[in-house]
Amino acid sequence: MTDQAYNFAYLDEQTKRMIRRAILKGLAIPGYQVPFASREMPMPYGWGTGGVQVSAATLTPEDTLKVIDQGADDTTNAVSIRKFFERTAGVATTTSTRAASLIQTRHRIPEEDLTEDQILVYQVPIPEPLRFLEPRETETRKMHSLEEYGLMHVKLYEDISRHGHIATSYAYPVRVEGRYVMDPSPIPKFDNPKMEMPAIQLFGAGREQRIYAVPPYTEVVSLDFEDHPFDPSKAPHACGLCGAEDSYLDEVITDDEGGRMFVCSDTDYCECRRAAGHCGPQFPEAAA
Amino acid sequence: MTPLLDVKGIAKRYGRHIGCADVSFDLWPGEVMGIVGESGSGKSTLLNCLAGHLAPDAGEVWFDTRVDGPKDTLKMGEPERRMLSRTDWAFVHQHARDGLRMGVSAGGNVGERLMAVGARNYGTIRHQAIDWLGRVEISEERVDDRPTTFSGGMQQRLQIARNLVTGPRLVFMDEPTGGLDVSVQARLLDLLRGLVRDMGLSAIVVTHDLAVVRLLADRLMVMKDGQVVETGLTDQVLDDPQHGYTQLLVSSVLQV
Amino acid sequence: MNFVQDGPMIQVTNLSKTFTLHNQGAAEIAVMEGADLSVAAAECVALVGVSGAGKSTLMRMIYGNYLAASGTITVGGLDVTQAAPREILSLRRVTLGYVSQFLRVVPRVPTLDVVAEPLLTLGVDVTEARDRAKAMLDRVNLPERLWGLSPTTFSGGEQQRVNVARGFIHAYPALLLDEPTASLDGANREVVLSLIEEAKARGAAIVGIFHDEEARDRVCDRQIDVSAFARRRAA
Repeated sequence: MTDQAYNFAYLDEQTKRMIRRAILKGLAIPGYQVPFASREMPMPYGWGTGGVQVSAATLTPEDTLKVIDQGADDTTNAVSIRKFFERTAGVATTTSTRAASLIQTRHRIPEEDLTEDQILVYQVPIPEPLRFLEPRETETRKMHSLEEYGLMHVKLYEDISRHGHIATSYAYPVRVEGRYVMDPSPIPKFDNPKMEMPAIQLFGAGREQRIYAVPPYTEVVSLDFEDHPFDPSKAPHACGLCGAEDSYLDEVITDDEGGRMFVCSDTDYCECRRAAGHCGPQFPEAAA
Repeated sequence: MTPLLDVKGIAKRYGRHIGCADVSFDLWPGEVMGIVGESGSGKSTLLNCLAGHLAPDAGEVWFDTRVDGPKDTLKMGEPERRMLSRTDWAFVHQHARDGLRMGVSAGGNVGERLMAVGARNYGTIRHQAIDWLGRVEISEERVDDRPTTFSGGMQQRLQIARNLVTGPRLVFMDEPTGGLDVSVQARLLDLLRGLVRDMGLSAIVVTHDLAVVRLLADRLMVMKDGQVVETGLTDQVLDDPQHGYTQLLVSSVLQV
Repeated sequence: MNFVQDGPMIQVTNLSKTFTLHNQGAAEIAVMEGADLSVAAAECVALVGVSGAGKSTLMRMIYGNYLAASGTITVGGLDVTQAAPREILSLRRVTLGYVSQFLRVVPRVPTLDVVAEPLLTLGVDVTEARDRAKAMLDRVNLPERLWGLSPTTFSGGEQQRVNVARGFIHAYPALLLDEPTASLDGANREVVLSLIEEAKARGAAIVGIFHDEEARDRVCDRQIDVSAFARRRAA
């Protein structure tokens, strides 16, 4: 039940309206960083204050909420935020990707294809993809407004000159609908192709006070060079638990003798597969 | 034939102080013009007004664009003017660190302007970067080094390569040899002369060093207190100065 | 550049020159008045007169290095006293050569490139320009071991020969020679004189200052005494 001391989803209605306006503007200008008056939230910056505010402004009492951190439903961050909304909004929560109407995520896109009925909310630490090469915010804003994106390729050039290939493996910059260059938040580049999806994607950066969005079915192109094309590859293994070969994997150290295994980072995906009878090389007993 | 640059009545004030007043001149393709004067004479203010870094209070700066012919750059929209400054214009700063990205490799620094105008082939960009490093006498081996590891003269040459890689037609230079050792200056001057000649560049060079303008500039403009006091062929102005201030300037040079 | 083929290559008419020294009580020094000079193609005219009579001043005015107070100077049809800087620059590139007594070059630039430079500014291919510079340096007997060095460290005679090589590497239709044989020994003096004779033979109009009377008599067709144009110092 909703804790009566709080307004629905913690934020007051005026604040939610302000955030919704920012979200609508973001959806109208895909990839454009909309400033908003980020509120103090009862959690530290870096723990998803931007994503939480976007979720709070987006949630309705009928929604079913799923929260993941690095793909997992059971990590501290995910559990805390889920509890936060259970208490302040009283909405139903789930760990099932398919059952959720709103998914707040940190650093992953679920493996399961999302639908038009779903909203994906990303937690964003640094929304400005040009930041590391051009620290002046006045200048980066001008670069966005004038579509001066040569600098983004300088970063990729530096990658190749130093490593022989584009070594950026997460927060890989994308160009949205042929216009704005956007930081997709620190998701693995493996997830980049999934961003052209039927669901609405909203991005919230609390400390940086920016909201941006990708509407359904929007073109999202990962930047690259003709002779060094974008490669969304992942570790060449199958999941040790469910045997999936198409999912993004975490490397888990299993003992102090160098033993390790690769498992799906998306815990729900892995569990669903195992429930359906799939099993991986390092979990034969599941089949038993 | 039309002048590449036609400057009319440029004026800039800082409150009650005059930055520069009513400066007019034209610059023709392939010409190098020097602007000399002591500190505070308004020469840097003028350069920054011409290059679009400062908004003058009055005046026009007509540039003969490749596509549309002469256009007043002060009336251009910002996107157009910034595009111009990435393609047909170049600006060489006195301090290389103002004109370079110190955290980016030499190759990345040179390649940036190429990427800014749409180059998307890594091999081609790198090849052109190495070619330009060679033209400014920086070894290919240094292509992946950051400019922080370069000497002052090398940084300045890298800045020049970074500016010229897109084949600009007009280069603004603010004390390009300032702060360099005399021997390094000579090498840089020779390099600039060769590039100006081979690329048919036009340039406006601000300096307080009369020896630099004698060797680099075809024409000279002498400024004092924001006003142009004398203009003419460089050797004529230096050898037969007409204005009292120019006479003082020329006679004040220490002889070696 | 359009040459006026009918008239003389170099024509000076009623030329005067004044120096105003603003920092010395605005003292006015009138150094020349009513100077006239006409040099046709294939003609060499010597400027003579006592030291200080204004020989070099007149020559510098023809080159556009000094401004005229009044009068006209036409070179190849261009009035130097009225021309825009770029017109004078073009005149110097294509038409009017100058061998001065001084060598002003960027330090550390090899002699070969110093000599080839006038050709490069004319758009001659760099290989050809260097080849012609080598031939010219060979002609003026500058040892090959010096070609790669900057002339700033050379002796007076060596510098003079670099100057000569630079001044004769392009077939200028008009030439100004300020003491071209100064500080040269017999053999090198002979080389320079034959260069002058060849230039005349191909039709160059030449104005020269020669203290070397023998050389003057050999290459010059006429003499103009500049002292006639000298003016007393104004009160």
